[in-house]
Amino acid sequence: MSRKFKTIDGNEAAALTAFHTNEVIAIYPITPSSPMGELSDAWAVAEEPNIWGTSPLVVEMQSEGGAAGAVHGALQTGALTTTFTSSQGLLLMIPNMYKIAGELTATVFHVAARTVAAQALSIFGDHGDVMATRGTGFALLASCSVQEAHDFALIAQAATLESRVPFLHFFDGFRTSHEVQKIELLDTETMRSLLDEDLIFAHRARALSPDHPVLRGSAQNPDVFFQARESVNTIYNACPGIVQRAMDKFGRLTGRHYRLFDYAGAPDAERVIVIIGSGAETTRETVDFLRTRGERVGVLIPRLYRPFDADALVQALPKTARTIAVLDRTKEPGSAGEPLYLDVVSAISENESFGVPHFQSHPRVIGGRYGLSSKEFTPAMVKAVFDEMKGDKPKNHFTIGINDDVTHTSLVWDASFRTEAKGQFAAVFFGLGSDGTVGANKNSIKIIGEGTENFAQGYFVYDSKKAGSVTVSHLRFGPEPIRSAYLIDEAQFVGCHQFVFLERYDILKYAVEGATFLLNSPYDSENVWDRIPRVVQEQIIAKKVRFYVIDAYKVAQESGMGGRINAVMQTCFFAISGVLPHDEAIKRIKDAIQHTYGSKGDEVVKMNFEAVDRTLENLHEVRVPSQVTSAIEIPAVVPDYAPEFVRKVTGPMIAGLGDALPVSAMPPDGTYPLGTTKWEKRNIAQEIPVWDPDVCIACGKCAMVCPHGVIRIKVYDPKYLNDAPPTFKSFDAKDREWAGLKYTIQVAPEDCTGCSLCFDVCPAKNKSETRLKALNMRPVDPLREPERANWDFFLRIPELDRNQVHHSTVRQSQVLEPLFEFSGACAGCGETPYIKLVTQLFGDRALIANATGCSSIYGGNLPTTPYTVNADGRGPAWSNSLFEDNAEFGMGFRLTIDKHTEWARQLLRTLEPEVGSSLVAEILSAEQKDEADIFEQRERVQILKSKLQAITSDDARRLLSVADMLVKKSVWIIGGDGWAYDIGYGGLDHVLASGRNVNVLVLDTEVYSNTGGQMSKSTPRAAVAKFAAAGKTTRKKDLALLGTMYGNVYVARVAMGAKDEHTLRSFLEAESFDGPSMIVAYAQCIAHGIDMTKGMQNQKAAVASGHWPLFRYDPRRASAGENPLMLDSGRPKIPLADYLSMENRYKMLTKSHPASAKRLWKMAQDDVDQRWQFYQRLAEGETKPAVAPKSAPPVLQTSR
Amino acid sequence: MIDLSTTYMGRSLANPLVPSASPLSDETDDIRRMEDAGAAAVVLHSLFEEQLTKDRLELHHHLTQGTESYPEALTYFPELPQCHLGPEGYLEHIRAAKAAVRIPIIASLNGCTPGGWTSFAHQIQQAGADAIELNVYYLPTDLETPGSVVEQTCIDILTAVKSSVTIPVATKLSPYYSSMANMAHRLDMAGADALVLFNRFYQPDVDLEALEVVPHVLLSGPQALRLPLRWVAILHGRVNASLAATSGIHEASDVLKMLMAGADVTMLCATLMRNGIGHIRKILDDMRDWMETHEYESVRQMQGSMSCAHVENPAAFERVQYMKALQKIPSLD
Repeated sequence: MSRKFKTIDGNEAAALTAFHTNEVIAIYPITPSSPMGELSDAWAVAEEPNIWGTSPLVVEMQSEGGAAGAVHGALQTGALTTTFTSSQGLLLMIPNMYKIAGELTATVFHVAARTVAAQALSIFGDHGDVMATRGTGFALLASCSVQEAHDFALIAQAATLESRVPFLHFFDGFRTSHEVQKIELLDTETMRSLLDEDLIFAHRARALSPDHPVLRGSAQNPDVFFQARESVNTIYNACPGIVQRAMDKFGRLTGRHYRLFDYAGAPDAERVIVIIGSGAETTRETVDFLRTRGERVGVLIPRLYRPFDADALVQALPKTARTIAVLDRTKEPGSAGEPLYLDVVSAISENESFGVPHFQSHPRVIGGRYGLSSKEFTPAMVKAVFDEMKGDKPKNHFTIGINDDVTHTSLVWDASFRTEAKGQFAAVFFGLGSDGTVGANKNSIKIIGEGTENFAQGYFVYDSKKAGSVTVSHLRFGPEPIRSAYLIDEAQFVGCHQFVFLERYDILKYAVEGATFLLNSPYDSENVWDRIPRVVQEQIIAKKVRFYVIDAYKVAQESGMGGRINAVMQTCFFAISGVLPHDEAIKRIKDAIQHTYGSKGDEVVKMNFEAVDRTLENLHEVRVPSQVTSAIEIPAVVPDYAPEFVRKVTGPMIAGLGDALPVSAMPPDGTYPLGTTKWEKRNIAQEIPVWDPDVCIACGKCAMVCPHGVIRIKVYDPKYLNDAPPTFKSFDAKDREWAGLKYTIQVAPEDCTGCSLCFDVCPAKNKSETRLKALNMRPVDPLREPERANWDFFLRIPELDRNQVHHSTVRQSQVLEPLFEFSGACAGCGETPYIKLVTQLFGDRALIANATGCSSIYGGNLPTTPYTVNADGRGPAWSNSLFEDNAEFGMGFRLTIDKHTEWARQLLRTLEPEVGSSLVAEILSAEQKDEADIFEQRERVQILKSKLQAITSDDARRLLSVADMLVKKSVWIIGGDGWAYDIGYGGLDHVLASGRNVNVLVLDTEVYSNTGGQMSKSTPRAAVAKFAAAGKTTRKKDLALLGTMYGNVYVARVAMGAKDEHTLRSFLEAESFDGPSMIVAYAQCIAHGIDMTKGMQNQKAAVASGHWPLFRYDPRRASAGENPLMLDSGRPKIPLADYLSMENRYKMLTKSHPASAKRLWKMAQDDVDQRWQFYQRLAEGETKPAVAPKSAPPVLQTSR
Repeated sequence: MIDLSTTYMGRSLANPLVPSASPLSDETDDIRRMEDAGAAAVVLHSLFEEQLTKDRLELHHHLTQGTESYPEALTYFPELPQCHLGPEGYLEHIRAAKAAVRIPIIASLNGCTPGGWTSFAHQIQQAGADAIELNVYYLPTDLETPGSVVEQTCIDILTAVKSSVTIPVATKLSPYYSSMANMAHRLDMAGADALVLFNRFYQPDVDLEALEVVPHVLLSGPQALRLPLRWVAILHGRVNASLAATSGIHEASDVLKMLMAGADVTMLCATLMRNGIGHIRKILDDMRDWMETHEYESVRQMQGSMSCAHVENPAAFERVQYMKALQKIPSLD
């Protein structure tokens, strides 16, 4: 049998086995497991068969709960069924897991283990999710590496079929799921050999069938449930033996041998670490190294964690063990210890109490936590644990990898400790997401892994920004298998693909002495030296670094590659690293290009080839001077005048030094201050808009569409211009109400992403040169300094009194201060302008419940948050609960507000004698219908609070605690279509039906944007998405129309790019409606495959074609005898095909499935036509809503 | 019985009416309706090389945009199982049209690089097209490009295509050559099987409200007939290539004029867009009526009867006629 190797990541490794050994796959996307489902879907679309010759059916469900239900059903009816998930998704599956296990159903769930959200969400890896399933009855089988993820997926499949115990096969999220390794693939023959087909027939024979009907899933009473529960004991007792036999057979077939508990290390080890998952690889590497120094250490790696074979664990430990440290990658607050630790303690205790004592002397067992949320776990940390075990009184319940300066659990480690991997080559590359660095490095890994005898490993670190994100690639190659499941901190090769990074990151700290440093530089080899910071020069000289430069952007531009420098930098790497002979390297790069892009057309291949060919002539070594000459210092991350928290906590996180922050720096309940993006000057724009007052008509559209809140408008007294910087611009305000005031549009130059939406929407053209508008994109470099001064000056000008602003016109409303600024959303994001508008109109009294998704990431992912406060310190209070419960979460806000308002009003009446009748009457009777009313109410409440301070009664103190609720609050429930249409729809339905005064804003991108473009029920017919690779065949769900069916819900469907005044009016009406409201807002998205600089044109076309008809449904109109439905966009003006042709999500179908495209495009046009007719009938009809509207819904009447 | 048959690029056609390249030939059903209405052949809509290239680059851009940047969304689209990024759709259209009708199918190729033309032309022949019409829509705006280079490019393209196919190749060209007759002659010498006179450039317009340049497609009016009429008449009998007249041919009278000037076929577009595909039948009926009334037996009988070579006063097609025309302009006083 020939051995076949492939360089893939852990997700693909597991999915390959799962796909080929199952018949049905039901999934729901969640990071970091999503690629397993996506790959399976892609293979199914390509009709790749499983090992029995049929391609599995792959189905995307509406939630993980739904996926688990579908899996349960498919299993019960006899299909070999699997699913893939992580974290909260796994938690949603738990109810079904109990059922599946209780019914002794053979299945394997594959889990990329991920942190469960606690004080914060985290997408990264630990075992919190898996450990939460310990009680379900699933077997838990842990892989430590990419190879094992591939292998154990099969072993689990074999064992579940034989044992009938369902298996959860897991591996570490990101560290294994996303690590690229060269592995040996299992062939079909091996898979077939391991899976006994008679067991599969038995699985089918147990299935529900009307041809041999049974009942399963009964309800049992106290008389029998207990006995029935105990009836499975023999099954679970047999399971470990079955797994070991499957491992043994697997070993005979593949040569890769595994045991339930694998021990590695000294046979006479005194100190042993017990550890699960990828950390075991690092521990094993460290053990191997320490043994060469004569240390008696070892590592025990539990593979099968449930059913827990305590005896097998004890027997696998060396009898000589004196101290055993059990490392858990999870935290269970308040427990006696983490799960694995408790199990090991119990196993050893039981051995000594009830069995034949195994150990020469009673071993000490200590437990520790490591690696939460992908925290680095390095050989130095392993050594620190081993060192701790030497002591007489080693710390128990310790932590390793952090500095716990509060409860002092942490061990100290020597960061300079290294294991010595022979012949291993390490390289680190810093790039931007948009420059193709990661893609190039993934290619390089494959070239080396599959083109040489070397083993290869790649791991990629991304930041949480969607625009201008920084990537760091960690690549290792070597003749021996690579067990280093941690980041590289010493590299022979360091690549810096962005010149500006030299001033932001300590790039050369990674370089070993004599390393090679490759810099993408706009300066050539003769001139670059004096352009780099002093500290970089120092390191180059001190470490005797060989220094190469190339102007990769120039080469890429000349080759037609635009901003993607991947091929250029990859060629440089091979040219100067010497990893492969030069000619062979070039050939392999070109082969890889052909392989990757061949199907995308000759032009793409040719321009990549050209980039490769042009590279070498532009690559030059720098003659390094012996002296440091640079005066360029690395600037402070945040300025001295930033708030203390920002300086001490946020700043280090921005600088990439968050790992060094101690426990004491962290707010224990996950509460963070607002307004921190302003301190993170990212400077990612190449061009920024420049205002031309001579052309400007002061329409406000630029500020309204600006996704990043960087275009601001102020209207102010001319006196503030006295100290204006020389290039600060203004003109006389044009609006009559603002006569005598000045008007300025100012851009935040260091926060702008350069998306140019503002330029695109600007309607004012220069009359002498029509290509110019009132805002024009200009290179940022010469503008940065003057515009920074202008921006700082602009910020010092006071905001216009909100009562002087007509909120209902776009041109005036855009003078309102946004309390959402500089988010990390994609450049040109279609969602953020809507959120910004909410904060402009209602931000100082808004509470925002935000569903997990893009908006929770750019809204709440550390280090900084775009939500901010006004000069009074007021602003949106924001929180994210979960993905699935956001509507309910937001309704909870409302319940508190309603209750506390009612309570405050009651107390106010009680305290009337002390507070004064007139103030009480004014407060209680205030309608707060507009901004002026609310302002006055705030004044009254302020007076009230002052009075209450002087009153000593309990009621006064009680009222003081809730008095702010007497000022109207605005609850916003914000999320994407994945939440509103799919996973959260049940809750949304309930909240809308509740009649409570909440405002729901659905940011509808018609696809799961945050997890990478999976189909939602909002995805339109004919659009391509993951899980709809051949185009979605069903209609888009009409959520807005469904919203109108309640009758007492205000509903608006808006598209800012098509009709901004309509959007504004809808937001104002929705908020003013004293009941539930829902705004469904069209949001263009990078997942649409569009020109993001012109996204508002897509909105316009969506409306003009009838794809996105605008309407408002206002129940208040019915009381006036009017039809509550107002169709706000006209009859479709352009064929739907004109709109579809603007977006790759539709167009690519014409390239991949031309016949389907033709059919689906036609059907999509029919959808538009039919819906328009239907809407028209509804809008013209006289029928009043089923539920009569009311000024105040009944649920609120009790609060008055 | 009136004989309407003619010969175009060596092939006998039932009549001289050929719908020219337009969106009307997008659908196979419409091509069938053209045949039913009496069309003698059909020129399919153009395959644009630039469009294919643009589509490929766009697809690549959109499939890579935003990828490998953010850990939760390393890609935004599913892997394409296979891409039809070449002219597959067009080739399939040729095959479907050939299967649907018996009249000749002429494919139309619109490109700008010799490489693109030749590879596509070969595939078009393999798909079953009876002939190819090269649409040389080349609008040089570079101040440094002399007319000779433009002309030579056109010749080179024709030569390249001719060398890669065995089916007839027509060249549809613009009237904007310094020496139209010489250009026609050079194309003729390079092996053009037909000259299609003329390509209509879509001229841009200005939107005064939006202050934007907008593409404004104007369907040809009756006056558009004059330009091809002159050059068909001038070239008839002087080149080996067949002559196809296009632009401004709306009614039977227009067809008859063109035939008399020397056209082998006349091409219809604007009139079918306005009046529908069934208008072909009306033109044919009107032609027969006129020919009967005027006692013509066949199209061949009239073809070239009023060409430059066969009219009493050839100067009517030349510059001297221009002077006379000016002299006839009434005084503005």
